[in-house]
Amino acid sequence: MAQTKTLSRGLRGTLGAFTAVVLVFIYVPLLLVLLNSFNTDNTFGWPPPGLTLHWWKVAWESQGARDALWTSVKVACAATVVALLLGTLAAMALRRTRFFGRNVVSLLIILPIALPGIVTGLAFQNEFSTILGIGLSLWTVIIAHATFCIVTVFNNVQARFQRLGTSFEQASMDLGAGRWTTYRLVTFPMLRSALLAGALLSFGLSFDEIVVTTFTASPHDQTLPLWILNNLFRPNQAPVVNVVAAVLVVLSAVPIYLAQRLSGSQAEAINIP
Amino acid sequence: MTATAISLRGVSKHFGPVRAVDELDLEIADGEFFSMLGPSGSGKTTVLRLIAGFEDPTAGTILLGEDDVTRRPAFARDVNTVFQDYAIFPHMTVLQNVEYGLRVKKVAKAERRQRATEALETVRLGGYGERRPHQLSGGQRQRVALARALVNRPKVLLLDEPLGALDLKLRREMQIELKEIQREVGITFVFVTHDQEEALTMSDRIAVFNEGRIEQLATPVELYDQPASAFVAGFVGTSNLLHGEAARQVVGEDGTFVIRPEKVGLGPESQDVPADAAGLCVAPGVVREVVYLGASTSTVVELDAGPTMTVSHPNTDTTIDAALERREQRVVLTWRRDHLVRLAEPVATEKETA
Repeated sequence: MAQTKTLSRGLRGTLGAFTAVVLVFIYVPLLLVLLNSFNTDNTFGWPPPGLTLHWWKVAWESQGARDALWTSVKVACAATVVALLLGTLAAMALRRTRFFGRNVVSLLIILPIALPGIVTGLAFQNEFSTILGIGLSLWTVIIAHATFCIVTVFNNVQARFQRLGTSFEQASMDLGAGRWTTYRLVTFPMLRSALLAGALLSFGLSFDEIVVTTFTASPHDQTLPLWILNNLFRPNQAPVVNVVAAVLVVLSAVPIYLAQRLSGSQAEAINIP
Repeated sequence: MTATAISLRGVSKHFGPVRAVDELDLEIADGEFFSMLGPSGSGKTTVLRLIAGFEDPTAGTILLGEDDVTRRPAFARDVNTVFQDYAIFPHMTVLQNVEYGLRVKKVAKAERRQRATEALETVRLGGYGERRPHQLSGGQRQRVALARALVNRPKVLLLDEPLGALDLKLRREMQIELKEIQREVGITFVFVTHDQEEALTMSDRIAVFNEGRIEQLATPVELYDQPASAFVAGFVGTSNLLHGEAARQVVGEDGTFVIRPEKVGLGPESQDVPADAAGLCVAPGVVREVVYLGASTSTVVELDAGPTMTVSHPNTDTTIDAALERREQRVVLTWRRDHLVRLAEPVATEKETA
């Protein structure tokens, strides 16, 4: 709040208007998707001639959509677990040891999130099929997703480590706690919210990933985004896709909201003034 | 001589080419309030961290009582630390923080509850057990850190500039309180500070650190009245240094001498020097600066013999206008010869500025 007071009245108004325009630009189309999922006209005529729950019922009963949803949940969960383990370990390793090339390793861990998905996807397909000679499956999707999911966990944990410093752990050891007890009672509880935030973001990243998935999934593994893409242009399925999209919008808002609240409230408690 | 709580024998700690601690020998007695005083980078905090077990010495032996703890990790040493930033666990309540040491030592819940509550009362924080650390003020957090360490009844309590983050008034109060608590619990306190006044107020003995070595180890009174070196004289309180030609002219002897500002008298040039002049040193000069300090006034005088001297006087008059008018006037400084302290070592000029 203190910051807004330093801005002039006119600038504040302009910024407010600008923010409003951007938000409208983003969220009106999303609201349209939601509204169209109730549209009686299956070519989405505007204004909607009537509202119906029919598409929701069809979507609920669609085996393809259900299977795809379940596949996506499985992939996202598995990729998140891998990311949590490896991301935390990487952050801990880089924190404790200072070695030549430490920054390079850090960069290499973060890089995958910035790489174009199509490059990562192609590279992985090549690696799995040609170099390693293993068939594409859900596991290959999970491994590919984990490479960029690690980044969210790694970044969150590393930032938390940086903010915490080492004195809490030293205090714990000083009070007689061994390394494992210190991790269990001090380090982990103070990392918990960072891990949760990282996990939620990681889940979200994996859940809606489409490019890398296209290249690393076998033809009969269909994640939800793939299913949507495949069904979008089938005339009968379009309204069902709309319903699924609407559900996804609502579902993805939840983890992001939680992640934001968590990092906010914890930051307050840990950053003792 | 009472039992020894801590012995350091030939302890060195090098960080790369830097000798943070350089072949240190030190014995701290049981129940003593021992201070390590020095400028930042003098090695005092490193010594504390070596005793706590956060650093491994490059050479030497560290004993706690009779036990050699040189290679023992921090959690296996019977010492506790109050950290400079307190390091109170933010995800625990005050009581949980204080209980922590007992909890990891598997003390039964009822007993540790009781001991933690008692420890909080010792530091005058009874009734604060359920608070969260971020709800406490700086002074209160400092007390929680103290209680968290004391509850373990360690042989030695290490305090790393624990009052540094507090404002002056609170710091003074805590100095007196710390001393009282130390008397109550009877534990050896090893206190690191760069504040000479703090060290003088609280300590039984003080070690003055400079460049990884102990420059002088003495009681507060000895340290102030009989500084062993120019560094100690300059670091503990203000002091005037006379050496070389100036010493020969003013004192009439070769050597390096120290005189404290409050022991020097200041009078008009016309004043008669008392008859027993043999017991007095007399030095004429010109007033260059008069600094009003509230309780006292400092006058900087440039002696005809060369060096400048600072003279300090309590402001017992209702007005200091008279003192301020002395600027640029000629005056005569006098002091008792037996107030002069002769320093053993020749002055190393670089140390004066350190």
